[in-house]
Order: sequence, then C-alpha cells, then structure tokens
Amino acid sequence: MKTLDTITVTPETVVGEVAKLVTSGWRMITMSCVDLSPEQFEVLYHFDKELAETHLRLTFPKGMAIPSVTPTLFMAVLVENEIKDHFGVCFDGLPLDFDGKLYLEEEVKATPFCKYSTGTKQ
Amino acid sequence: MARTIIPFGPQHPVLPEPIHLKLVVEDEIVKEALPQLGYVHRGLEKLTEIRDFNQMIQIVERVCGICSKIHAMCFCQGVEEMMGIEVPERAKFLRVIWSELHRIHSHLLWLGLYADAFGFESVFMQFWRIREKIMDINEATAGNRVIVSVNVVGGTRADLSPEQCNWILQELDWVEKETKRLQAVMLDDYTVKKRTVGVGVLTREQAYALGAAGPTLRGSGVAQDMRQFKYAAFDKIDFAPVTAPDGDCYSRGKVRFLETLQSVDLVRQAISRMPQGEIATKFKGNPEGELVTRVEQPRGELLYYLKGNGTKFLERVRIRTPTFANIPPLLAMLPGCELADVPVIALSIDPCISCTER
Repeated sequence: MKTLDTITVTPETVVGEVAKLVTSGWRMITMSCVDLSPEQFEVLYHFDKELAETHLRLTFPKGMAIPSVTPTLFMAVLVENEIKDHFGVCFDGLPLDFDGKLYLEEEVKATPFCKYSTGTKQ
Repeated sequence: MARTIIPFGPQHPVLPEPIHLKLVVEDEIVKEALPQLGYVHRGLEKLTEIRDFNQMIQIVERVCGICSKIHAMCFCQGVEEMMGIEVPERAKFLRVIWSELHRIHSHLLWLGLYADAFGFESVFMQFWRIREKIMDINEATAGNRVIVSVNVVGGTRADLSPEQCNWILQELDWVEKETKRLQAVMLDDYTVKKRTVGVGVLTREQAYALGAAGPTLRGSGVAQDMRQFKYAAFDKIDFAPVTAPDGDCYSRGKVRFLETLQSVDLVRQAISRMPQGEIATKFKGNPEGELVTRVEQPRGELLYYLKGNGTKFLERVRIRTPTFANIPPLLAMLPGCELADVPVIALSIDPCISCTER
C-alpha cells in the first residue's frame, strides 16, 4: 500500500515546524484537509525544495481551532480560508479571514466537504 | 489623499475569467488589492464520494477547459502509482504529445488575450488564428477541441497512427513558423515594452516565498518546472525550463512565448522517439493508500493529493491548481502600480478561475 512519508505535528508545534522548514529554504505548495472520522480532521502541509517533497501531518479533534500559519507564511492565506469554507476548520490568528465566505455565500451555513458529519460554521 | 475602493471584475472587458479584486487606490495608484472568489465555485472534489475512480477522470477533465488532459494525466498517474500499475512506454509518449499540444494552445490563447489587454488587437487575432491549428489537431486525434479525453488508468484510450504523426509534424512546422513571425512584435516592439517592462514586478524571493507557480515563478528567474520530475516520458526527452530574470509582465510573457516554441520541439521529440506497442495496461483492484502527485500545467504546477481506502471510491481528492497558487503573488505585484496597468498585471499570471474554484 502506498503511503505518504510525513512528519507528525501537534497544534502546539505546527507553527514552529513550518517556520523551521521555511527558514531552511522549503517552499509551501499547499495544504490538504481530510475528514478522517466523525471525531477527527487531518491537515497536511505540503512543502518542496529543489523538487524534493516533505509533508507535515496534523490530526486534531473536530471543533478545535488550530493555529494559522499565515502570519509565518502569507501564501497560506487562501488555503486556510478555503479549508474553513469547505470543512469548517477554524484557524487561530488568521490575519485575512473571509469567515467562511471565500467561495460560499453568507446563507450557506453547512460545510459541504465534510464527509462523516456536517459541520456548522463557527 | 483620500482612498477609494474600486471593484475590478468579475465582469471586465479584458478578463476572460471572473476574478474579482477590490482595489484600494489613492489617486491613480493602487495601494492594496483584495481578492474575492466564488463566482464559479463547483466543489468538484466532493464528487469523489459518488463517482468511482474511473468516473473521476471525466470529472477532473472538467476542472479546466484549457488543460483538461493534463488534469486527467495527473489524476491517472496518482491512481497508477497507488495501484502499482506499469504504464506502457507508448502511452507515456502519447501523454506527453497531448500535454504539450495543450500547452501550445493555452499559451497561444493567453498571448492573444494579453495582446488584447494592452490594446494590440491585430496580434490577438494572429495568435488565435495560429491556435486554431492546434484545436484542429485535438479534434482530429482525440475527438474534441477542448476536452481532450484520452487518459485512462493504465495508459491512454487513443493512439496516433503514423499518418497522424506526420500530419501533426507538418502542422507544427506551420505553427512554429507563424509564431516566430510574431516574436519581434511580442518581444521587441516599443509599445509592448512600454506597457510591460518594469510593470507588476515580482522579485525572485517574493515569487518563491509566496508559492508562485509556472511561468509566474520562472518569469522571476526560478528554474522550477514539474517536467524536471521526469514524469510520463519526460525522462526520454531533452528538456530544460525556460526562465526570464526580471519578474515583470514582460518576463512572464517572454517565458510563455518561448515555452510555446519549446513545446513544439517537445512534441517533435516525443513523436520521433515514441516506441511501438500497447497503449494501456489492464488491471484489477481498487486504489489504497495516499500520495501526492504533481505535473506541469500551462499555468504552472498542478498537485493532486489522493487517498484511497481499497474501495472504488477514493477517500479524498484534493486539487491544488496553479492559479490558486498565483493569487498571493498577484496581490504582491499590484501595490504601487497605476490603475491602468491592473488588467495587464492581472492577466500576466494567466488566471484560470475555473481551475481555481473547481
């Protein structure tokens, strides 16, 4: 079975790990959110450097806000807003917060990409 | 000086795609730009819950009308890697041929729109006239001008006969000759340079840090192109990324112009080195595991994150398109520019909002 080599991070360490990678010359490509179960989300942070890849994996309970990496890396701003739109994940300290309305209209209250349970925008 | 907010898009004479920017201006100078998306949001990734991995090929082809085939190739590559399917050599070359044809017609389309944006309508018509040849090739070889649906998991579903290959080579000779006739206009013309040189500058450091992709990244001097990964048959084709050093609109235009000619050469190489043989491998089973796969679209790096659970429905399909990556760099290019330059700068990233909003 094909698996992705990842570095596991926690909400407490994710910003520091991202900062460490950026300082070492890694470039963030994007982030991916996965609805793992009725209780958990997973966010993957994808980086590359001279065509090599590395990935951070953050698993956290639904309903928990995770730290935004945008203050460290501005390119994450739209990705974090996209994840908030689609999954309802909240990011603490997101400097440009579209409040779940980057793609979706204000009247859309559900989070359409949640698979196991429909989240509600906070 | 009082600040004014001017809405730019989603409907604007120079915009082929519904991007919306809120421009904060002082007099005629842009101070800040904020994007607003959502005009064509479709949520195609969600369809993986009700479409199996074979049906998803047709879904991802519709993420973008301009590079439909490249989306499908990226998706199929990921599924093939997950399932351990060895794709026949001939199919890998066929994928390169149709990918590079896509790049040529995408760049020609953009060069025309770009010329139109700075008021050079005759050049717009010339580039689109040349592009028609590529659309004819797509239609004759794949059955459709825009949605080139040739990829299947395990290879391709269409082949090219020796007669078709010869015809493509003849048509590409004409495309190359006609494109080169426009080189002096696009790269040396006084008016074009006045509208593009030094406009919308993105430094090498900004491009890298802000996650720019494709010609937007290479136009700032960073030699990064996913074709260096040697996916499909690129390990058997001579390739080096095209770059330009200055990071302005002129550099991004120059990269795309030269890449058009480079892609003609890549198709020639692929046709001349393509072996005989099968075009698809039969397989059984369902994808299981997770991976990231990347290819180079005309607009830049395309990333697919795929997660399979051993059933025919993938657990997650995540698509990161190049325009989505190029919006933060666009926001960095705009402050300090004149309002009249905004259309040219916005077009210089070759925005595809259909891709961006998926």
